[in-house]
Amino acid sequence: MAIKIALAGNPNCGKTTLFNALTGSNQFVGNWPGVTVEKKEGKLKGHKDVTIMDLPGIYSLSPYTLEEVVARNYLINERPDAILNIVDGTNIERNLYLSTQIMELGIPVIMAVNMMDIVEKNGDKIHIDKLAKKLGCEVVTISALKGTGIKEAADKAVQIAQKKGAAVPVHEFDKDVEAVIRTVESKLGSDIVNEQKRFFAIKLLEKDDKITEQMKSVPDVSAEIKQLEDKFDDDTESIITNERYVYISSIIGDCVTKNKKNAMTTSDKIDRIVTNRWLALPIFAVVMWVVYYVSVTTVGTFVTDWTNDVLFGEIIPPAIENLLNAIHCADWLQGLILDGIVAGVGAVLGFVPQMLVLFLFLAFLESCGYMARVAFIMDRIFRKFGLSGKSFIPMLIGSGCGVPGIMASRTIENDRDRKMTIMTTTFVPCGAKLPIIALIAGALFNGASWVAPSAYFVGIAAIICSGIILKKTKLFAGDPAPFVMELPAYHWPTVSNVLRSMWERGWSFIKKAGTIILMSTIVLWFLMNFGWVDGSFGMLEAEQLNDSILASIGSVIAPLFAPLGWGDWKMAVAAVSGLIAKENVVGTFGILFGFGEVAEDGAEIWGQLAGSLSTVAAYSFLVFNLLCAPCFAAMGAIKREMNNTKWFFTAIGYQTLLAYVVSLCIYQIGNLFIGGGFGIGTVVAVLLIIGFVYLLVRPYKESATLSVSTNKMFSK
Amino acid sequence: MKTLKETSVGETVKVVKLNGSGPVKRRIMDMGITKGVDVFVRKVAPLGDPVEVTVRGYELSLRKADAEMIEVE
Repeated sequence: MAIKIALAGNPNCGKTTLFNALTGSNQFVGNWPGVTVEKKEGKLKGHKDVTIMDLPGIYSLSPYTLEEVVARNYLINERPDAILNIVDGTNIERNLYLSTQIMELGIPVIMAVNMMDIVEKNGDKIHIDKLAKKLGCEVVTISALKGTGIKEAADKAVQIAQKKGAAVPVHEFDKDVEAVIRTVESKLGSDIVNEQKRFFAIKLLEKDDKITEQMKSVPDVSAEIKQLEDKFDDDTESIITNERYVYISSIIGDCVTKNKKNAMTTSDKIDRIVTNRWLALPIFAVVMWVVYYVSVTTVGTFVTDWTNDVLFGEIIPPAIENLLNAIHCADWLQGLILDGIVAGVGAVLGFVPQMLVLFLFLAFLESCGYMARVAFIMDRIFRKFGLSGKSFIPMLIGSGCGVPGIMASRTIENDRDRKMTIMTTTFVPCGAKLPIIALIAGALFNGASWVAPSAYFVGIAAIICSGIILKKTKLFAGDPAPFVMELPAYHWPTVSNVLRSMWERGWSFIKKAGTIILMSTIVLWFLMNFGWVDGSFGMLEAEQLNDSILASIGSVIAPLFAPLGWGDWKMAVAAVSGLIAKENVVGTFGILFGFGEVAEDGAEIWGQLAGSLSTVAAYSFLVFNLLCAPCFAAMGAIKREMNNTKWFFTAIGYQTLLAYVVSLCIYQIGNLFIGGGFGIGTVVAVLLIIGFVYLLVRPYKESATLSVSTNKMFSK
Repeated sequence: MKTLKETSVGETVKVVKLNGSGPVKRRIMDMGITKGVDVFVRKVAPLGDPVEVTVRGYELSLRKADAEMIEVE
């Protein structure tokens, strides 16, 4: 018989370590449908019919965070056969708070008190027999890290799942509160099974509208709510929360014997230095420098360049070419395989080594506890733009390459902050955009030294303005973002956990982002290499790009860019080819201007480019390419991380729209200053700027409800 | 009434009342800051906000704007 066991517990309680230990390599990692929350499932080692579901780490079953809503929807609707509640023994008081809520779900529960090795080392004692009695479930002690007791815990979970008994909560609140809960329970309809009555009654009292949406009939409990609120002079939600902690405080003395001497732990000592008022920022800068230096500048670039230039430049393509020549493969098929598929696969895999190096660092920083401190240190700056302190890392990495930058947003807990970071990270000029900057600076500004810094300035301004504007829009205003964050104790992560996290993230990029990258590369290859020459349709030579389908499309869409100052079809084609990889813009110009291969900064075509563009138009072109939709690889990463088609197109659409508006304003207003005259374009630009400023400064109120719909999650 | 925001670093205070409502209040209470609990203000972040406190034996960080909702003595 198939059994489903859910792992539930606070963040940082060792849940992932336990999950890995229980399931080994037999895991399936994905996302909960339509949301950015990760979903992990696996089979219990040695039990083919036992599925273990790793729920997101949560502190409560409140309706206010996406993770909590996802977890409780799963627990209520899917009703696993048993819950294995993991409790951090070193932080037992707060961990038990979630336990009191889990006990009310009417699902068999077994509690595993984790980190027992550390508890013992601290000289503390946890009396599990008393804990079991006071909470009404079986309790075992484990150390997920050392692997002690985990088999027993899993066996017990399987046993209680087979018994099919329901958990009966024994914890009690104040007698007035209990009386009201019983009244509400009796009002509930028969569609709610007996063992879930307490849960639903409490949620009704808490005025939890996400639960009432799921009920067939909702009894009126306003009289009971008023009765409680009058008596306790507080809102019902706070009364219940308070009662839980009161109960825990009342039992904790019996269940835990603390070692009296209050010595500073190693973690405290580390923290005193790492988040010290004066040392925190320098240490932060050094850590970030090391992460950037190793993953972007040295190891990452070295391996990525090798993959791109050697493996997918000198080794694989010639080998395949020889093979195809040997079997007399048709030219078009050879082109498709070499320039479409192999190049596409190369584009996907080329990013992987760099990404793995970065993910290794991120996994280490996350599991050792430093990542929470990053948010603590940087919060003050980033929250002004609707971002999290942890957004710093994606943006820093994004200055090397946007793809790992976007993937790094996974470390941000808050859904809104995460989406905002994904949408804005690629505004930072990445390494591949530097050749475009060099081209424009060299061709039109005599290599002026201000051009490159100004590009970074534009990128940062775009992030800040987008943050301020977007957080006021309907898209983002919905979710509340209280920054009340645990700072977990520092500890050495295990090698296997760090490696596993690195691999999972890398693999999910290959799998999810790979498809879109490969497909788009092939389509664009087709558009660039096929066209009509002398009245017949066929494959073209590289120099015949002028006749390609893409060139025709370029001529059609070119007028769109006329208000931006570069209505020439060549410019449009170059911008579109930048979608494969931004540095392609330079190479495409080379071909279009008849030079074939050009240097990285396109020095050969500077003269021609300067002849066909004004300086203002060139700068507008540069800005457009910096801000518009990123390359396919980055788009693939955005698609992977948003895990939602609507959000994916919103992000890409927003980026391109912003690029268009900013470039238009730069060209039209700039033109005015260099004597281009006043025209309808100038009026539009001024109106756009006024609108933009309005969006920036308009007042707004942060809403108090979670707007992310999770209803469709379970309606399969 | 004194709030947690005004409490200086190194002080231990007792929570008297929580103001405000909705998600932020619930979140603060979920994390263990409830009536009658002792809160030790450990440090302020290098840029002056947020603050780090010890409550129920663990470390918690919260913004000063939210700490203002917590009345202490």
